[in-house]
Amino acid sequence: MSDTNEVEALTPYARSLGITLDRWEDGTPVMMVPFEETVEGRPEHYHGGATGGLLETAGYSALRAELARLDRKAALKPINITVQYLAAGKSRTSYAKGRITKLGRRSANITVEAWQDDPSRPIATAVMNVLMAETDG
Amino acid sequence: MSDDARKFDPAKATSFFTGRGHSGWLGLKYSDHGDDWVELELPWREDLLGEDGQRVLASGPILSLMDMASGMAIWRAMDDFQAIATLDLRVDYVRPAREGASVFGRSQCYRITRSAAFVRGLAHDGDSGDPVAHIQAVFMKIASNARL
Repeated sequence: MSDTNEVEALTPYARSLGITLDRWEDGTPVMMVPFEETVEGRPEHYHGGATGGLLETAGYSALRAELARLDRKAALKPINITVQYLAAGKSRTSYAKGRITKLGRRSANITVEAWQDDPSRPIATAVMNVLMAETDG
Repeated sequence: MSDDARKFDPAKATSFFTGRGHSGWLGLKYSDHGDDWVELELPWREDLLGEDGQRVLASGPILSLMDMASGMAIWRAMDDFQAIATLDLRVDYVRPAREGASVFGRSQCYRITRSAAFVRGLAHDGDSGDPVAHIQAVFMKIASNARL
């Protein structure tokens, strides 16, 4: 519904890379990307940049969903991201889910985890700071 | 001179990495290099924008660009193409890239230890004195003897 519409507003970059919404978990979108050549680095493994792109997209999606819930409108601008790579991403679907650690008026701090088979064994995590430039309303 | 003796030539190696996969999809190109640094070019692309209705490149492709340039800077500094893996990568996006402009990612490997390689770099859209992003990263060597 309104949640879904917000996440359909995936960035052109995310759509181009093949990222889609997998499901909702406790009001937070879980994003996924299938293993295709667009995400491949060394043979049969994810490129670190593609994993980073998935993490970032999940972070933005979580933030957009929360802002929609609060009826806030804002243009999102990246401040920074720090990615920790924990294990090599293998040739299968990857998932990612963000958690908003702090939501302020101007900036948000988000932590994100990406995994493949087992959510309790992440392949990468990220911390992001995002600037929210308020638009009308 | 010393350049000719080097085993890892970023100019030649780039086409090998960008012929396929994620780097190929992004269309990364060789730009420049030195003894311990490599610069790659990410050409402007309509489908890599960060938000509908805004003409600003997404941050994801810049992260990919810097990851790739960093890996190549490490191989250049080691003068050896051995398996490495990104451990940690931080990107500070200091300003949006200009619409229609290529983004250049320049990374320098400033320290190599037995098991790790440290890099720092920047992304710019034409003027390296006015970067769009700064990065810092650590890569681990995946040498077979590291498993002992």
